[in-house]
Amino acid sequence: MVENIHLAFEGIWSHKLRSVLTMLGIIIGIAAIITIVSTIKGTNEQIKENLIGAGNNVVTIELNQNGNQYDLSWNPLPDQVRVITEDTRKELEQIPGAEQASLYYKRSYSDGLFFRDTAFNGNLIGVDQNYFSVYGMQVRSGRGFTEKDYSQYRKVALVDSTAAESLFNGVDPVGQCLEFGTEVFTVVGIIGPREEFTPTINSFNDYYLYANDGSGTVYFPSSVWPTLYQFDEPQSAAIKVRNTDVMASVGKDAADLLTSSQIIGTDTGFDYRSADMLEQAQQLQNMSKSTNTQLVWIASISLLVGGIGVMNIMLVSVTERTSEIGLKKALGAKKKRILLQFLTEAAVLTSIGGVIGVLTGVGLAELISRVMQIPVAISAPAILIAVVFSTLIGVIFGLLPATQAANLNPIDALRRV
Amino acid sequence: MRILKLTDICKDYMQGKEPVRVLKNINLEVEQGDYIAIMGPSGSGKSTLMNIIGCLDVPTSGEYELNGNNLRNLKDDDLADMRNKYIGFVFQSFYLMPKMEAVDNVALPLLYADVPLKERRQRAEEALKAVGLEERIHFLPNQMSGGQCQRVAIARAMVTKPALLLADEPTGALDTKSGKQVMDIFDDLSDSGMTILMITHDPDIARRAKKVYHILDGELLTNQEGGTGRE
Ligand SMILES: Nc1ncnc2c1ncn2[C@@H]1O[C@H](COP(=O)(O)OP(=O)(O)O)[C@@H](O)[C@H]1O
Ligand SMILES: [Mg+2]
Repeated sequence: MVENIHLAFEGIWSHKLRSVLTMLGIIIGIAAIITIVSTIKGTNEQIKENLIGAGNNVVTIELNQNGNQYDLSWNPLPDQVRVITEDTRKELEQIPGAEQASLYYKRSYSDGLFFRDTAFNGNLIGVDQNYFSVYGMQVRSGRGFTEKDYSQYRKVALVDSTAAESLFNGVDPVGQCLEFGTEVFTVVGIIGPREEFTPTINSFNDYYLYANDGSGTVYFPSSVWPTLYQFDEPQSAAIKVRNTDVMASVGKDAADLLTSSQIIGTDTGFDYRSADMLEQAQQLQNMSKSTNTQLVWIASISLLVGGIGVMNIMLVSVTERTSEIGLKKALGAKKKRILLQFLTEAAVLTSIGGVIGVLTGVGLAELISRVMQIPVAISAPAILIAVVFSTLIGVIFGLLPATQAANLNPIDALRRV
Repeated sequence: MRILKLTDICKDYMQGKEPVRVLKNINLEVEQGDYIAIMGPSGSGKSTLMNIIGCLDVPTSGEYELNGNNLRNLKDDDLADMRNKYIGFVFQSFYLMPKMEAVDNVALPLLYADVPLKERRQRAEEALKAVGLEERIHFLPNQMSGGQCQRVAIARAMVTKPALLLADEPTGALDTKSGKQVMDIFDDLSDSGMTILMITHDPDIARRAKKVYHILDGELLTNQEGGTGRE
């Protein structure tokens, strides 16, 4: 075998230009695959990192009607749905993998909240005392909601930094008043994520996933929510889970629990469903995967063409070395030996092509990440598979020429000098 | 001891669509230590006969026994084994591996006999010494004269200690002087007990053999003349 590899290198070296041209198909195919795989992996890792970085081990469970989110901004109060009780909230926390559950009211479209003459058109959320802990948020200035705010129905509010900007226009929000109809709420603080986290946004998809809408959110204690809207609104639930892996299962269990405990009667069309970020991320990943799968197919075709090129050159090589093969057979070399010699040569040829392809692919991926600001993660298994695969191509496409060589008739072969 | 026995060997070649009988009922026996020359005009079937004896080709019909083995129905790889074990070949045009040093060329048949590397080298060097090329061990074929190349080829043929040494016009491509040198080696080999079967159409060379056969139009003539040997 060592001798065969030595022979193979000699053969390849003695036809440098031809060998390089032959390898080109393999090099291009492997380089393309490595580049694509590295980019996919990079993108996926970024999506994951953004999710974890955002502290988003949180599943939300919302009321749906006939499969669509039931938004009270423009839907009437559903009388078949109960208000979620504290006991049920505690039950949610008992779900395996769940750590803390919060109940909240939400309007994604707000009509009638003003600071001076400016109307606010972001989210309004009525939060219980667990909410900020579940989402890993903390007070950035002023103060948060206290026990007394809840028990004494104080008309207070918190704003996030986006709302602080969009609504207050440079004025420090803390201590300012917000008007909602005839009611006046005092802003007591600004709230935000525990650590300032800015997700990397490279594409529109990322933008939709990570970017908050431009207006931000204003938070109220849940106890004063009926002052803003009406009594007995069904809440949504947010559950912090132990890790991203259990998100889906906790979400499903919680949704089932709420559906069975909150909905009155059957065939109402109402149910609770979970919407976790991971699922959205998964969809994104699948989308980028499917486009990339097409690219991998194209690369595979290039490998196929490369393989055929190798077969062609090996056939030429067998013809050229007919007398050498004839002599070896005349001196007693068996078929297997000749077969192995040519298979090794083909495999060495494509393996070198594979290695050059991997290096080119890694270089290309780095280049892409620099120039286009796309994250790239080089995958070690992909590299290994690529090299093994290119060796395999050599073996497969070398089989025909090698068999031809092995089956040469020694006298015919010798005579052709 | 009998090395070789051919009984009614025939060989047909397809020429166009017609089979043409190139060898017609050849009967031949070779004993241990024989030194035989086969003569005949060009196209008479000498090389064809040599290829069959050397297990490079198979006869169309007839029986072939080599060193006690009947060669009928042998597969390609078995024939390769036979060639490797029992036959040493010397061709008219040397057939050396152009990119291999003399010693590696000589060691090649030992590789196919699975002899370990060290022993291969040692035996190859000894064989080269025996043909007077101890100074040229690491030379490439294109660095040697035709006569030297043919001596490398002889070393390669005898390195496996074959039962039968076959030579197809071994001096055909050489000038008279190196031809004589090569023939001296064959004579020496014969003296040391090697069984040799040689094709030539040079009567001077045939005269060195102990037996001379003639082949004409594919028929081996029975009236053998005793070679006169060396004078
Ligand atoms: N492979 C072959 N196919 C067809 N005819 C062949 C083949 N080999 C040899 N012959 C024919 O067989 C005859 C004998 O050839 P050969 O044994 O080479 O003669 P010699 O060696 O005595 O000159 C010639 O007529 C030649 O044309
Ligand atoms: Mg001939």
